[in-house]
Amino acid sequence: MDRVPLERKVLSENDRIAGELRARFQEHGIFCLNLISSPGSGKTSLLERTLEALPQHDRVAVLTGDIQTDNDANRLRRFHFPVKQITTGGTCHLDARMIERHLVDWNLKDLDLLLIENVGNLVCPASYDLGEAAKVVVLSVTEGEDKPLKYPAIFFKSDLLVLNKIDLLPYVPFDIDAAAENARKVHPGMEMVKVSCLTKNGLQEWMMWLERRRRENRPLPQKIAN
Amino acid sequence: MLKLVWRRGLPRLLCTRREMRQAASVQEIMHELGIANSVLEAVRVEMGLHPGTYPCKVGVRIGEMAAIDQEALRFCFEAIIQDTDLASLELGIEVCPRRHRCRTCGREFIVRDYDFRCPQCASLESTCISGDELELAYLEVEEHGSSSVGAKSSQ
Repeated sequence: MDRVPLERKVLSENDRIAGELRARFQEHGIFCLNLISSPGSGKTSLLERTLEALPQHDRVAVLTGDIQTDNDANRLRRFHFPVKQITTGGTCHLDARMIERHLVDWNLKDLDLLLIENVGNLVCPASYDLGEAAKVVVLSVTEGEDKPLKYPAIFFKSDLLVLNKIDLLPYVPFDIDAAAENARKVHPGMEMVKVSCLTKNGLQEWMMWLERRRRENRPLPQKIAN
Repeated sequence: MLKLVWRRGLPRLLCTRREMRQAASVQEIMHELGIANSVLEAVRVEMGLHPGTYPCKVGVRIGEMAAIDQEALRFCFEAIIQDTDLASLELGIEVCPRRHRCRTCGREFIVRDYDFRCPQCASLESTCISGDELELAYLEVEEHGSSSVGAKSSQ
């Protein structure tokens, strides 16, 4: 019997495509964000508020993933930025190939920011690199504050925790401090913003985080002048 | 019962309405199904490099932060190799703990129960160095015609 060392990632093909995407995004100075949460935590609402707050001439595009329907894309098209629905037809996450395929008829030169809304799921999207510059995990106060401990992978890999639906805090037994502590147990030093997409409370903090990361991502000074 | 079928060369899980209602567990199994399929694809690619042999066992390394359920992965792996030429292929899983390196004294240690305190200098400043592995480690191959051919059945 011979033992052949393999020593590569199981998802090496996905990682290869993600690496190519990342290089293309960097070449065009695009900041790409991968938004992940359970179904119903408010990813689409957060994107609606975000697109609403961005200037109309901003160079932004959105890819939104779901197992079925193009309801989310229809919600997001109202803001007149390019939006494409990725319908996975059963697959519970987006992978790099789906992103590559849906970017073909967009000219990346026209973009500075690409927002990807993953399929509602805290498990699978954690394993699939999409070439993004950062992952953002959305958790709503109607979920348990122990979610970071139950689904550590995604909290570990995300740069920012967006705690959504804080307008409901008076009505639900959700302990914000415990949630933050749990998130930082899994991911020491994790950044967190608290928002309500309904009352728009805290959204400014989210937009500031986004702008800061976009700014840090810009490689070429002449891009700012455009 | 969960049933696996092949459509357009990809494995798909069929389930009953009742199982569909337990959507969370089905979704989790679907995740491991994709992983199992990627492992198998890698085995097939590797086998192209070793003519005259057949694969006995494939080893994977899974970090405890990788969000992969071992049981579900085994279930999916068994399901997709069933009735194929790789039906006797064994899956070896090595679970890797979360390891940190202390930023103060450089000591490497295993993190248990989210306790990040360095066992050497008690510093809380450390960097994660491993624990989210999802890697192919090795493939054990046997030459065709050797005595152990077919020694392990698919069941």
